[in-house]
Amino acid sequence: MDNPVPLSRASYPRIAPLYRFQWEAAQNAFVLLFPEGMVQLNVAAGEILRRCDGKLSAGEIIADLRVAFQSDAIDADVEAFLRSATDDGWVEWRDGVTP
Amino acid sequence: MNALPNTAGVPLWMVAELTYRCPLHCPFCSNPVDFAKVQSELSTEEWFRVLAEARALGAVQLGLTGGEPLSRPDLERLVAEAHRLGFYTNLITSGVGLNETRMRALKEAGLDHVQLSFQDSTRELNDFLSSTRTFELKRRVATLIKAHGFPMVMNCVIHRLNIDHVDRIIDLALEIGAEYLELANTQFYGWADLNRAQLLPTREQLERSEAVVAGYRQRIGNRLRILYVISDLYETRPKRCMNGWGSTFMVVAPDGLVMPCHAARMLPGINLPSVRDASLAQIWLDSPAFNRFRGDHWMPEPCRSCPEKTKDLGGCRCQAYLLTGDVGATDPVCDKSPLHSKVLEIINGPRPLRPAIERPLVFRTPENSSRLLADATQPCD
Ligand code: SF4
Ligand code: SF4
Repeated sequence: MDNPVPLSRASYPRIAPLYRFQWEAAQNAFVLLFPEGMVQLNVAAGEILRRCDGKLSAGEIIADLRVAFQSDAIDADVEAFLRSATDDGWVEWRDGVTP
Repeated sequence: MNALPNTAGVPLWMVAELTYRCPLHCPFCSNPVDFAKVQSELSTEEWFRVLAEARALGAVQLGLTGGEPLSRPDLERLVAEAHRLGFYTNLITSGVGLNETRMRALKEAGLDHVQLSFQDSTRELNDFLSSTRTFELKRRVATLIKAHGFPMVMNCVIHRLNIDHVDRIIDLALEIGAEYLELANTQFYGWADLNRAQLLPTREQLERSEAVVAGYRQRIGNRLRILYVISDLYETRPKRCMNGWGSTFMVVAPDGLVMPCHAARMLPGINLPSVRDASLAQIWLDSPAFNRFRGDHWMPEPCRSCPEKTKDLGGCRCQAYLLTGDVGATDPVCDKSPLHSKVLEIINGPRPLRPAIERPLVFRTPENSSRLLADATQPCD
């Protein structure tokens, strides 16, 4: 998208029902499972998605990740990831609010 | 990159062929033609052990198939156990036997996804090919699957008799609300190999169908993802088969034999290990069958010194065997193969003008299977 809509920090992302998110010891990574496929997630993506449980707002997730990664410079990366995860259909937003 | 690792990776995918029983009789079925001799299916408890061992090896995707997996009354229990172990569970079904009660029980057991097969977009051809009246039933089952909120893949095996209906098959997938459509050109082993003359599409048919699929993709975008798998007989390079022998997939047959691919049962000289004699870990890591074509140590020339060998891994072992008689040969689809002419003979050879009328199809039935078995064991040579 050329002109991304600003992400609403007040809405609640969660893993879309078509997908399943889980820890895989054999891969030593979080993975996303879907019909006949799997994505192995890197550490950052795994840490973001594990917080997408529908109970935390995007703003709360970002605040939490700042602490986890001990950095204040992550906001744009997290927002960009959430936006592309939404485009890919991995993530849904509660109350139909999308970024 | 020159040498491939010959060590085992993680078997991410396990296909569980729960039974060879099936109420349908598709003439392109990939089950072995001598399935009638397989009598003793794994029990529920044996499957529980296999599932646990597969998870411990790192398997994540589980395909529950057959035959028709709904023929097993313990399907719901197997799904529940697989779900508990952390598998993503895919039910691969013809739809026959899937009623409201079983659908609900499967949902409660934690089933993740359903792949429903059609044989065609028309009732006439669907029912002819499966030699059952199942078209209307399949449509009802599709509604049931969506009503229970499952993601749904519609699958249709493509061949000469239905390839000109690809547009209507896509329309049907859109109509029933499938998320994915898998159009898989017939692989010519198992029953399909017996019916190759009637089922192999012409080059013109293939090209037309590819154009149709491309047009739909443009128009409908992400609403329906279409996976179009084309037979490689018309190509000059083979496909990388099963992502490499013993690299990602394992198939457990109804009687517990473990195979690197669906068709491996017919390959001569390969002693398939059984879960009744060994653990899956021993089978995956150490069995001669899984190591036989792992990596590139087994390759003959021209593959051995070929710069493309990491791409296609020498092609399909089953195709090599069926067309050259040698399991360890370069896949003859490759135009570097000294036996490439075998493929040219097939694609340029005489073809019935009216397939299935001039030469009847051999349907997959227990009777035909027993007859073929008897023929094969006649002491004629
Ligand atoms: S291909 Fe047809 S006959 Fe073979 S298992 Fe599937 S539905 Fe049954
Ligand atoms: S020679 Fe063998 S490795 Fe090379 S392209 Fe052909 S099949 Fe593949």
